[in-house]
Amino acid sequence: MGKRMFSALVGVALLAMSSSASLAQAADQRLSMAINPEPATLILGLNLQAPTQTIGGKIYEGLIVFDKALDPQPSLAESWEISADGKTYTFNLQENVKWHDGAPFSSADVAFSLGTMLPQTHPIARTTLAVIDTIETPDDDTVVITLKNPFNAFLTALAMNTAPMMPKHIYEGTDYAANPANETPIGTGPFKLKEWKKGEYILLERNSDYWQADRPHLDEILFRVIPDEAARSIALENGDVQVTSFSDIEYVDVERFRSNDNFEVTYEGYEFFSPLMWIEINHRVGPLGDKRYRQALMYALDRNFIADAIWFGSAKPATGPISSTMKYYSADVPEYPYDPAKAEQLLDEMGLTPDASGVRHRVKLLGLPYGTTFVRTGEYIKQALSKVGIEVTLESVDRGTWAQRVAAWDYELTLDFVYQLGHPAIGIHRTYSSSNIRNVLFSNTMGYSNPEVDTLFDEATVETDQARLQETYTKAQQVLVDDVPLAWLIEIKFPTIHAKTVEGLVTTAHGVNGSFADVQIAE
Amino acid sequence: MRTAISTLRLLSQALLIILAVSLINFALVRLAPGDPASVLAGQSGAADELYLAQLREQFGLDQPILVQLGKYYLQLLQFDLGYSYRQQLPVVNLIAERLPNTLLLTLSAFAIALILGVAFGVAAALNRDNWIDTAVGTAAMVLYASPVFFTGLMLILVFSVFLGWFPAFGSETIGADYGFIGQVADRLKYLVLPAVTLSLLYAATYTRLTRTAMLDVLQMDYVKLARAKGLPPFRIVGAHVLRNALLPVITIAGMQAGHLVGGAVVVETVFAWPGIGRLAFDALLQRDYPVLMGVFLISSIMVVFFNIITDLAYKVFDPTMEVS
Repeated sequence: MGKRMFSALVGVALLAMSSSASLAQAADQRLSMAINPEPATLILGLNLQAPTQTIGGKIYEGLIVFDKALDPQPSLAESWEISADGKTYTFNLQENVKWHDGAPFSSADVAFSLGTMLPQTHPIARTTLAVIDTIETPDDDTVVITLKNPFNAFLTALAMNTAPMMPKHIYEGTDYAANPANETPIGTGPFKLKEWKKGEYILLERNSDYWQADRPHLDEILFRVIPDEAARSIALENGDVQVTSFSDIEYVDVERFRSNDNFEVTYEGYEFFSPLMWIEINHRVGPLGDKRYRQALMYALDRNFIADAIWFGSAKPATGPISSTMKYYSADVPEYPYDPAKAEQLLDEMGLTPDASGVRHRVKLLGLPYGTTFVRTGEYIKQALSKVGIEVTLESVDRGTWAQRVAAWDYELTLDFVYQLGHPAIGIHRTYSSSNIRNVLFSNTMGYSNPEVDTLFDEATVETDQARLQETYTKAQQVLVDDVPLAWLIEIKFPTIHAKTVEGLVTTAHGVNGSFADVQIAE
Repeated sequence: MRTAISTLRLLSQALLIILAVSLINFALVRLAPGDPASVLAGQSGAADELYLAQLREQFGLDQPILVQLGKYYLQLLQFDLGYSYRQQLPVVNLIAERLPNTLLLTLSAFAIALILGVAFGVAAALNRDNWIDTAVGTAAMVLYASPVFFTGLMLILVFSVFLGWFPAFGSETIGADYGFIGQVADRLKYLVLPAVTLSLLYAATYTRLTRTAMLDVLQMDYVKLARAKGLPPFRIVGAHVLRNALLPVITIAGMQAGHLVGGAVVVETVFAWPGIGRLAFDALLQRDYPVLMGVFLISSIMVVFFNIITDLAYKVFDPTMEVS
């Protein structure tokens, strides 16, 4: 290539670069948010992965949303009545709601979603909607659902993520998973899919036919797939994205944003999930089935240290099976302060005395492969337990292996964190009920069985009186905390970090998974 | 005729290798513990046995392993790489979407690495033991020892955050409506940091290789003769020394060219570059077997392809060599 030719090319390139900034005119109100990992699909009725909920939550809606106190508020259902026996629910739907393709949304879509599609495709709805006996649609705007038995978590089972409304005219009679329409999600939400460049970004645009007047404010939402933690920090700092959520930013980095005047850090908006982290204990393994051993674990671990020094304040010590951010939480339970001497005393009572090298018992801890903070938590546990004579071997595996081994009960101790899904009857019973000892994740894989707990949970499921329900749950928490089926560590507080100019971001218990209809960017 | 036969032999060997590699891939992928259904269930935060069984049936994982293997080869014969479990899309589409991005990244990086490596290697050899040699040697050492993700993040900090010259993430400006030239310039702007990051590690290797080879060749009698004949130094270096000194560089470069696809995973992750390396890494975590095997197959084809190119390149640089 001639020298002149080369410099001419460079000149053209430079010219184009300098003009590119003015060409790349962004939409007036475009919010940019980091997303990781890239979702497999946006069809909320088929997939429940966190990124699918975050993006799908703008496209699809449920009958109900939950405010930060986890009280039900209208979404596609304008209002509802519950019969005195707690078995019949009558929903009045919002009027003038249209699907993104222009078709009207009606009670037939509700009946199809709750009665036909979701019970087959949706991991949570498969279980929760089994309680439905009949669904009637007396007119386009009314749905009457009769339950086989009272189920006080039923409204919680009808939220955006637990039961998203799916379009009957697109899915009825098709192979749901292989429907070509899955490439172009059709919901009723305030945003529609505009473009998905695989591996790079997902761009949503305003639904100008949205049923809520004057909403949404934003013209576009851009989700940028940024797989690297450090790179996400830079992207946020740089203004490439304005919002990060969940574990996007390493916990050690959060403080940096908190002390930066341009950003706001909030822990609100994760109430529906209320992630609780614990050491799951396989009750089938030797002394682990002994309550004293499990209590010793609780005394041997300094939960304040885990929350402050390992999670850098993005966590709070857990006191029992229900998080303090959930309804029916009770602080009136036995306490396990950090007390290694007490732990050793319990182990002594069990006859687990130290051998020549000071070891009372050897146990394996299967690590949770969700990043460095989880690894450090495992390392702390190893160190803390060695002080009371329990020698821990850390097993480090990837997610696929972890999922398989926990489901197969092939572990001794493992770290885990579980979402409580808005109501104990949906997100908490499953971990402790003896009827749920199964070979799948998020069941009672530890093999815990306590008839008293089973009875209390059964009562709670059908109890419709709120005061009595609180009593039942308080009792259940006291029994469980005394029994320590697993060692609760911390309530994880996910940070949502956003530029101060972004307003109205977290308005419900669903946080960044909400519709973003109210979000706007201050000039 | 002889060339034609040896080329044919080369191609059939290549095909056999690719077949063998695909069999090993199949076995390796299946040997990893965990299966796609339980991973999907894990991500959903809820599951039941029936749902898992449904997924396994949908993926064909409920069938005996040999039946699955047979089906895989039947598909391959029809140039079909199967369906992604996770994304419910043909693997061919997923790879076709991303392969151009990876090739753009790795070939640019490769070109930059060769140019920088050879240039600095020559400069160091010609200035043996003076400050230029020391500086080049030190820089090459530091770059060689730096993890790619670290180099990448440092380049982002300097050139994107502080100087604002280049964008830090992605492969193009999103939603921009450029003309053709504008678009090319835009892509170039996004390409610079990831390509340079990926190239630096290799450039360091080529620098050191070129320097050593140059020093060897510079000792040769025919170079002394050329000098004695009074040839201008740039002709001696250009026509006589470099040509011979490049042979080891080509050998290593050929071997590394195939690795560039694998080596791109880290760069693609740090720069959020939508390439095939990341596709493979995600597929590994998800146990998305069809995607994983598709990517493996494509990269093994590329390794074999680059090896053939290397063999042919030998012939150009050294006509006495026989293609084998």
